[in-house]
Amino acid sequence: MALIDLGKKEVHCKIVYYGAGRCGKTTNLLYIYNAMSDNDRGKMLTIDTKGDRTLFFDLLPLNLGKISGFDIRIQLYTVPGQVMYEATRKLVLKGVDGLVFVADPLKVRQERNIESLEDLRRNLADHGLNLKEMPLVLQYNKRDLCETPVPTLSVEELEQDLNQEYQAPGFEAIATKGPGVFETLKEISKRTVNYVAQKHLFNK
Amino acid sequence: MPDMILTAKSVEDVKSIINEKLISENVQTVMVIDGAGNILAHCGQDADGLDAISLAALTAANFGATSQIAKLIGENDFSLLYHKGEKANIHFARLGGEMILVSIFGDDVSLGLVRVRVEELADDINQIFEG
Repeated sequence: MALIDLGKKEVHCKIVYYGAGRCGKTTNLLYIYNAMSDNDRGKMLTIDTKGDRTLFFDLLPLNLGKISGFDIRIQLYTVPGQVMYEATRKLVLKGVDGLVFVADPLKVRQERNIESLEDLRRNLADHGLNLKEMPLVLQYNKRDLCETPVPTLSVEELEQDLNQEYQAPGFEAIATKGPGVFETLKEISKRTVNYVAQKHLFNK
Repeated sequence: MPDMILTAKSVEDVKSIINEKLISENVQTVMVIDGAGNILAHCGQDADGLDAISLAALTAANFGATSQIAKLIGENDFSLLYHKGEKANIHFARLGGEMILVSIFGDDVSLGLVRVRVEELADDINQIFEG
């Protein structure tokens, strides 16, 4: 749910990074946090957990400049990827305006990716939202693993598995080192702001 | 959950009744937030002293989590939550619909007063924001 504050001239949008456990959602946020200047980023909120898994969510607020005199403020959220935390994922999706689906290229995670995307579709439907109508970007993460002997999926195979139905833009990425992280963020921000602006600001 | 559009007047109206009913009674900070964790109005202690964005996001998530606990014991939802600290206390109340009112106050303010005032405010805030 976008919030448009006509008094302060601000638009607030919520973007959620979704994907199976250990696909790199929090890593994306950490890279963005470390790469942005203090003026453009807020405090990153991570709820401490044992180990490196997200238990509840991570939150990173960003300022993305002005459009038509409105300050664009984006809040990036991640969800816990592990299958058992479905209720938490559904909670974090409340009021979402845009989605990034982070796909893991490991061959052993092929089914997990497909299940996670289906879980996203189902959880959005419970909030009355249709994934096909929402701003969506796919990120094919961990591309550096493809040069190692570990069995991985090609981008074509991942597209086949995940993107046939949605035809969303996809980006190859290595979230630990940076390539593809800002390309993904730029595209989803553009689409989300457009989606919100079309609905409210330019449609009058 | 539909998108929400705030006008300068609606925010000012809400702030003025919050100032009158709570801030004037020494409540340090009052925020109205929505179920997605957006801040609709913020009164009292300024943003420098408080990470309002994180507080709003965690409050929305906390309410979501406790409403699941409510369901486990056969309740539909808990309409208010209260946490007591050594110096600061925090009171959360659902204002009907998706909005939550967060009040932070010290030991010099009684919980009973906060509860009564929040109850008085709920309908008015609902009416201003949701019409």
